[in-house]
Amino acid sequence: MDNYQLTHLKELESEAIYVLREVAAQFERPVLLFSGGKDSIVLVHLSRKAFFPAKIPFPLLHIDTGHNFPETLEFRDQLARSVNARLLVGSVQDSIDKGRAVEEQGINASRNVLQTVTLLDAIEANKFDAAIGGARRDEEKARAKERFFSHRDEFGQWDPKNQRPELWYMFNGKKRMGEHFRVFPISNWTEMDVWQYILAENIDLPSIYFTHERDVFYRDGIWLAAAPFMEMKPSEKIEYRRVRCRTVGDISCTGLTLSSADTVEDIIQEIAATRVTERGGRYDDKRSEAAMEDRKKEGYF
Amino acid sequence: MERTFSSKAYLDMELLRFTTAGSVDDGKSTLIGRLLYDSKSIFEDQLDAVKRASIQKGGEHINLALFTDGLRAEREQGITIDVAYRYFATPHRKFIIADTPGHIQYTRNMVTGASTANAAIVLIDARNGVIEQTHRHAFIASLLGIPHIIVCINKMDLMDFREEVYSSIKNDFQAFASQIFPNQDMRFIPISALKGDNVVKPSINMPWYADGTLLHHLETIPISQDHDLKHQRFPVQYVIRPESDEFHDYRGYAGRVAGGFFHPGDHVIVLPSGIESEITSIDTLSGPLTEAHPPMSVTLTLKDDVDLSRGGMIVGAGDVPGESCDIAAMICWMNPKPLQLHGKYALRHTTKDVRCIVQDIDYVLNISTLEKVAENKTIRMNDIALIRLHTTKPLFFDPYTTNRITGSLILIDEATNETVAAGMIL
Repeated sequence: MDNYQLTHLKELESEAIYVLREVAAQFERPVLLFSGGKDSIVLVHLSRKAFFPAKIPFPLLHIDTGHNFPETLEFRDQLARSVNARLLVGSVQDSIDKGRAVEEQGINASRNVLQTVTLLDAIEANKFDAAIGGARRDEEKARAKERFFSHRDEFGQWDPKNQRPELWYMFNGKKRMGEHFRVFPISNWTEMDVWQYILAENIDLPSIYFTHERDVFYRDGIWLAAAPFMEMKPSEKIEYRRVRCRTVGDISCTGLTLSSADTVEDIIQEIAATRVTERGGRYDDKRSEAAMEDRKKEGYF
Repeated sequence: MERTFSSKAYLDMELLRFTTAGSVDDGKSTLIGRLLYDSKSIFEDQLDAVKRASIQKGGEHINLALFTDGLRAEREQGITIDVAYRYFATPHRKFIIADTPGHIQYTRNMVTGASTANAAIVLIDARNGVIEQTHRHAFIASLLGIPHIIVCINKMDLMDFREEVYSSIKNDFQAFASQIFPNQDMRFIPISALKGDNVVKPSINMPWYADGTLLHHLETIPISQDHDLKHQRFPVQYVIRPESDEFHDYRGYAGRVAGGFFHPGDHVIVLPSGIESEITSIDTLSGPLTEAHPPMSVTLTLKDDVDLSRGGMIVGAGDVPGESCDIAAMICWMNPKPLQLHGKYALRHTTKDVRCIVQDIDYVLNISTLEKVAENKTIRMNDIALIRLHTTKPLFFDPYTTNRITGSLILIDEATNETVAAGMIL
């Protein structure tokens, strides 16, 4: 390789930094959507790089379903402190209490879909005009069609059939009052890229990504964490297993992997050998063929 | 744990972006499905889903095209609506495919996919040979300055894998291509995407062809010269001013190198003021660098306190780009509402936003025949035309053929905020 040809990961890093700087330059009130998952942690790291030696010029927003892993919340608070960023929390419980959202009932109840209400309310209340997210195009077929700068109408909706063409690296962030953009700086990264980057850059992660013992139960081919709010069928029984999270969402929809990987290197070996996609373990995507497409149109992450 | 996967090798890979062009039934989705499937980039849950869908639709075999299926509306109608991006990697390179649909809004989507591509795969159905659509695809690839063209002559299985079919199509394509891009890097491969011949595995049915499979070409095309390495160009995106105790007077210019090599100590000119200065440092979070080149994102600091902000550019002293308010550009129109002659539009060039008026339309190009229609002053969606723009402030630009970043622009409708045109500066 010539010494002036960037490696693929350096090129993706440069692309993401470029996108983050475009956000800071084109919008008045951007926000970074922080889930506590690895992709948003990588986004925070990239944001530090984009604006060094200045602070990250936007706050972090976490939509808390109230059903998060405690390890995620601890990590979130500590990271926000260490990068000196303002942390805002939108609470799904608040949205339910105010009657803005209605709790799902039954065995597969999840607050995953309800997050959209809280997210859109937080965007409107804070007048955010750009929400930066860690979604990647390799994750899911609806996401494969996303732009870097994705326009949302005043109802926060995505219209996949009528997206603005995105040419070269010129991102058109012009909008009307009340509209906003979702911006995805790591659109072109794959799951393996994210892990390799975490390894190369020595980025800290919440402990739940690494192997640990936990009460779990098995449902429809997926291991789920036992928790007081997780309703179980009579046939399902709690087992104590060595597991880790491959993705981190709300407890109700995060599938756990039986694994003894306790370093990033181990995880990379595990992912290289795995034959199932990352979102294959997400209970929220199992609802229908177009589960993600439908949620995205409504204004989901 | 057994370590079979090498992170070292993974980190050393280069990135190749390519786009695919083909008409509706040329087998584009099948080809991409084949590349993903044979390079083992398909996961079990994806494979299961496609197997289920194939059986449900009454197919006997796995329908490779279903791997690239996207939105529900597309599955229902059996079409692709928008550019979709696919990813796969081999031990040699990582690939990003801009998968563009072959029918409606074709030009618009192909231009979008082509704008960032290192290579284009042009698919030709061996039964039909070079058709009008092929001319369009080749022309757009040349217009967008895609450095490498790979012409795949597909469905060779339906033509008994005959060499003369391949040779005759190759000759036809070269005859057309020599008119539009005489110096283009072009490769020709006879394939069967459906059966897998010459896609990832060499064909046993075509022993007369020995110039490598499609994947081999994708893995080995030299791409290090695809950027403009001659002209120092650094459009400023954002000014970094920490205003902290530690970096009290710090003023850094953040941007992505668009051309040439930058070093501390380089004499530069700052545009639009034209003032000379010197690069003091190239800063990153991981420490200062001794060199920056395309497409690195860095922060430059200058020796002098100059007036420079977003939309400005740092360029090599003695190597300044063109400066003008009068711009001639080939455009591709991308909006259902036609271009308004003498209409005003917002214009983005690198990081600079100005307004412009469309002063004249030289001609609309019939890209199938390459005929220039000067009488035609109506530019509709998917049309390619040469137009004259007058801007409110001067642009600092290079011809698109020299630099794809400083030579490109977009037009934005000020009423709807939609991106309505892609422009390549002459």
